[in-house]
Amino acid sequence: MADNYGTIARDGLWDNNGVLVMLLGMCPTMAMTNTATNGLGMGLATAVVMAASSLLVAAFRRWITQEVRIPVYILIVASMVTLVDLAMNAWMHELYKVLGLFIPLIVSNCLPLARLEAFAAREPVLPALADGLFMGIGFTLALTAIGAVREVLGSGTLFADAALLLGPAFKFMELRLLPEHMGILMMILPPGGFLVTGLLVVAKRMVDVRAGKPIQMAGAHSAG
Amino acid sequence: MNRGFAFHGAVLGAFCLGFGAVLALTNRLTEADIATRANEDRQASLGQVIPASLHDNDLLGDTLSIPAGDGRELTIYRALRHGAVTGVAYEVSATGYAGKIRMMLGVGADGRVLGVRVLAHKETPGLGDKIEVKKSDWIERFAGLALGDPPADKWAVKKDGGQFDQFTGATITPRGVVTAIRDGLAFFSEHQAKLTEVR
Repeated sequence: MADNYGTIARDGLWDNNGVLVMLLGMCPTMAMTNTATNGLGMGLATAVVMAASSLLVAAFRRWITQEVRIPVYILIVASMVTLVDLAMNAWMHELYKVLGLFIPLIVSNCLPLARLEAFAAREPVLPALADGLFMGIGFTLALTAIGAVREVLGSGTLFADAALLLGPAFKFMELRLLPEHMGILMMILPPGGFLVTGLLVVAKRMVDVRAGKPIQMAGAHSAG
Repeated sequence: MNRGFAFHGAVLGAFCLGFGAVLALTNRLTEADIATRANEDRQASLGQVIPASLHDNDLLGDTLSIPAGDGRELTIYRALRHGAVTGVAYEVSATGYAGKIRMMLGVGADGRVLGVRVLAHKETPGLGDKIEVKKSDWIERFAGLALGDPPADKWAVKKDGGQFDQFTGATITPRGVVTAIRDGLAFFSEHQAKLTEVR
C-alpha cells in the first residue's frame, strides 16, 4: 500500500503532472501566473477543491451511477468551489481580495474533473484523497514555477505581495532581482504564459530523457 | 446497469438536494461575516478619499440616493462635522482600455477633490495599472483640483492638450480616468445644493 501512495505522489508531482504532462487546466494556468504569488495562491485553492471533491466522489462512488456521473462531478466541484469562495470571503478576507476573482475559475478547470473520472471514481476514499491532494500540489508547483519565470522576466520581482497571501512573516520572500525598467512586458501578458508554459514542458521532458525515462504522452486516458 | 432514466434522475436529484442544502447552510453561516467585511472594505475606501478630520459621523450611516445620468441610483456618502456637510464621496466609473474602472471620488463642500482611489479595474498590468495608488502616485495629483481649476480645456491628458500626464504605452486608461473625475465634479456642481443640504 505504501508503494501505491508513493506512485500516487510521484504521478501528481512529476510523472503525470496536470500542467506539464497532461496539459490540463490551461485556463487558470495562463490567467493566473503573471506573478509567482498569484500562481501559488491559485494552485493552493485548486488543491483544496481537488482534495475535497476527490474525497467526496470516492465516498459516494457506489451511488453515482455511470449515466449521471458527469453532472454529479460538476455539481460536486462547483459546490466545493462555492464553499471555498464563501468561507474565504468571510474568514480570510485579505486573501480573498487577492484570489477572490479567480476562485470561480476553478470550476472551469478540467483537471479536477479529469482526476475524478480517471481516479477518484474507482478508488477507495484515502487513495482518492491522496490523488486529489498530490495532483493539486503538482498543479501548484507548476503554476508557481511558471509564475516565477514570468514575474522575474516581466517585472523583475519574485514573489511580490507574498505577504498578502501568506502573512507578514513571509515578507522576506519578496525579492527584486532586476530593476523595473528591464522587465519584458510581454512576459506578464498572455503570450508570455504560453511561451513559458511551453518552455517548461520541454524542460521537464529534457530532464526525463536525461534520466532515461520513457516519454509519457499527454493525457492518454484523461482528455479533459 | 440497465435502470430507467427515472432512477438516474432521482440519483442526480438527490445529489443536487444534498449539496444544495450544504451550500444553503454555508451561506447562512457566512452571510453576516461577509456583510461585515464588505462594510469594512467600503469604510476603508471612503477613509482614503475623505480625511478623518473632516467628519464626526459614520460615513456609511449617512447616505443619499440621487439618480445618476444613466438612470441608476447613485449612493452618496456624506461627511458631516458639527452638523454641517464638509464633503461627499461617491463612486464614479471610467471607460478604460479593458472595461470599466470603478473609482471612489471624494469632493469637499467647496467643490474641490479631496481624493480619488481606484476600487477595481482590469487594465493591463505594467501599463495601465499605474492608476492604482499602490503602483504610482499619479492618482494623488487630483487632490485639491476643482472644475474650474485647472480650466475646463486643461482637464485632459497632455496628449489631448490638457495638463495630466499619460503613461508610457497607455493613454486610454488615464484619459478615461481624467474624464470620469471631471464628470464626477460636474455631477457635484449640478447637485451641490441637494448634496450639501442639512437634513
